[in-house]
Amino acid sequence: MSLLAVEGLDARHGLLQAVRGVSFSVSEGEILALVGANGAGKTTLLRSVSGAHRATAGRVLFDGTDVSAIRASGRVRMGIALVPEGRRLFAGMTVEENLMVAGQTRRPGPWNLDTVVEAFPMLRPHLRRRSGDLSGGQQQATAIGRALMTNPRVLLLDEVSLGLSPVAVNAVYESLKTVIAGGATIVVVEQDLSRALRIATRVACMLEGRIVLEGNASEMTRERVTEAYFGLRRPDAGSAAS
Amino acid sequence: MILLNQVVQGILLGGYYALIACGLSFMFGVMRIINLAHGSIAVLAAYLVWMVAEHWNLSPFLALVAVIPVMAAAGWLLQRTVLDRSLRSGALTPLLSTFGLAVMLDNSLFEKFGADTHSLAPDIGDLAFNSWNFGDVTIGQLALLTFGVAIALLGGLQIFLNRTPLGRAIRATADDPDTAELVGIDSRKVYAAAAAIAIATVAIAGTFLGMRATFDPYTGPAQLIFAFEAIVIGGAGSLWGTLIGGVVLGVAQNLGSQVSPRGFLIAGHAVFFIVLAGRFVLAGRDPRTLLRVLRKAPA
Repeated sequence: MSLLAVEGLDARHGLLQAVRGVSFSVSEGEILALVGANGAGKTTLLRSVSGAHRATAGRVLFDGTDVSAIRASGRVRMGIALVPEGRRLFAGMTVEENLMVAGQTRRPGPWNLDTVVEAFPMLRPHLRRRSGDLSGGQQQATAIGRALMTNPRVLLLDEVSLGLSPVAVNAVYESLKTVIAGGATIVVVEQDLSRALRIATRVACMLEGRIVLEGNASEMTRERVTEAYFGLRRPDAGSAAS
Repeated sequence: MILLNQVVQGILLGGYYALIACGLSFMFGVMRIINLAHGSIAVLAAYLVWMVAEHWNLSPFLALVAVIPVMAAAGWLLQRTVLDRSLRSGALTPLLSTFGLAVMLDNSLFEKFGADTHSLAPDIGDLAFNSWNFGDVTIGQLALLTFGVAIALLGGLQIFLNRTPLGRAIRATADDPDTAELVGIDSRKVYAAAAAIAIATVAIAGTFLGMRATFDPYTGPAQLIFAFEAIVIGGAGSLWGTLIGGVVLGVAQNLGSQVSPRGFLIAGHAVFFIVLAGRFVLAGRDPRTLLRVLRKAPA
């Protein structure tokens, strides 16, 4: 059984329908990369799954339970955590406080302040600094660490590399390897196609609110994804999941 | 020396203003709500303490211990039933709903207790008027106690916000309620807890209001104005800023009273407007634009 299943999800921003009848599922230990151009609906989809954005139709099933009517905080306590686009740290609080506040969910699991700092060693010297004063890479590490502190069963990562220098992106992804090695289930939105194909076990490409291509990362060529990414290729009846 | 005494009296009066402004500042800092019923709730607390003290022949301090949990529960209920819904309906709705609450409270108190003034001063004995004299400088015992309670309350709240899990959750929610939800914090519960704390502090302020002066059902709005001026001067949402704002307001009023009998209120309002205008300028907003807007005749 899938750990996370999305069925016919619709989401809107006012009059604009950002997500149109999207369905996909993620099994335990799987890493699904959601790729697509700006405005394809990836962030709205991820926010709808986390409960941060209200879906107008469809269902989100987590471990077989329909969580569509549950608030974002309730979904976090069940084990769904989102690292939002732009990090959205509590800027007036220190790095340690950002991590501790997420640890208050008290979900059992391997992640605590020590293990997070071990996975993201770049945070160790900055624990007592205000998170608003950190560099972009350090902020992203804090945001991922904060989500891990809730001991999620599914980690939703939105635009990990957005606005970061290549060095910072490498450092963050290097630390993410520890998380992945621990058998985490991850849905990651990533603009960098090569990186997405490298870390994911499965890839789904979104275009204009729909998933137009989906398949195993090992079977997916960069050209095929690029065609779907820019809408140069009509969706396969067999591979499109929407 | 008269001037020095007036400054000292102003500082002590500032302690009372900080005490009354504490809940208003806390509520604004966390929920971005300007609670226009704040003064009326303080007067309600004063009446409750007076009733408990009279009924069981207790000291107002003991009566306050009984009233604090009741007021905290009322704050929690107020948030869950009125303010939570108001917050979802735009910035103006909480103003209107708390204004309506103030009108309702004032008139309900009038209906119940009439227009007679009451005071808790007779119940605290000599504390109401005893003082220490240091040359020309007089320090009232109640005024000093009020100042001390204000510092203890603001300091206690600051420690609570910095050191406890609920305090951190309140700060996170105040910073960004949507993101707080994403780390498992139920913002509705945090808001309700914050409202309970804010209204509990109003109970303390209302008790000191009743001990230092008389009160009647319509005393609330004036207390709201002083509390509002204190938090604007000190920086809305900042706890220690509230103390500084209260002291600046108190000192300005006392010095103003030396110039003219009406100077007490005028000087306080003047400092408030100067600080407000300063904030407009610092924020890059030209106050003349505001004046032009205000002067513009309706079409």
